[in-house]
Amino acid sequence: MSDEAVGCARPTGATVGEPPTEAKHEIPLREEPKMSTVKVGSKAPDFQAPAYYRGKFTSIKLSDFLGQWVMLCFYPGDFTFV
Amino acid sequence: MSAVAANYQTLQELGVEVISVSVDSQFVHKVWNEQELSKMAEKDVPFHMVSDGAGNVGKIYGVYDEDAGVELRGRFIIDPDGIIQAMEVMTPPVGRQLSETIRQIQAFQHVRATKGAEVCPAGWTPGKKVLKPGPDLVGNVWKVWSPLKDH
Repeated sequence: MSDEAVGCARPTGATVGEPPTEAKHEIPLREEPKMSTVKVGSKAPDFQAPAYYRGKFTSIKLSDFLGQWVMLCFYPGDFTFV
Repeated sequence: MSAVAANYQTLQELGVEVISVSVDSQFVHKVWNEQELSKMAEKDVPFHMVSDGAGNVGKIYGVYDEDAGVELRGRFIIDPDGIIQAMEVMTPPVGRQLSETIRQIQAFQHVRATKGAEVCPAGWTPGKKVLKPGPDLVGNVWKVWSPLKDH
């Protein structure tokens, strides 16, 4: 087994073997259009999520930070290189 | 995120709360903080490290990569009214420039403090020339602001 190069994105698994058989639908499925609601000048979508903060496991809600400036940063993962 | 941790003092002076989001669990956040981030910053990272395992938060912000199952590098500056004033999204291999984020926050804070009476031209940093929009300024920006001298 040789070492595999690790990149910045977290590796993920997938199924192997035969491709899944496609289910037949009488009525063709329509894909929901994906709309990102995020725009500059518009309200930041509110969310609530588990968090780690100063040694404690907490839950935060974005709207609790109204009245303050917020820098919201998404990143690929802990222990990545950049 | 380590750059953010190391410059947290500056952000705090500007009154900015930092919320970081990745798909890692709270447990992984804790250990990453203890094992690595705290060694790059002065002390523990004092920002809220959100766990977004299913990518639901990333999806509404348009920064979740479904194929890789991770968040892209997305950075949003949100004002006290909850309005997004700036955003930047990058693919994972290149890091952000935090000083640019700080500059933008300072500029947006200046505009907000003057209720929009003063705006910040390209390359503005605190102390540099601002512009006062109005009928007199139309076609006359060149008289008061130079991209060579004032940028």
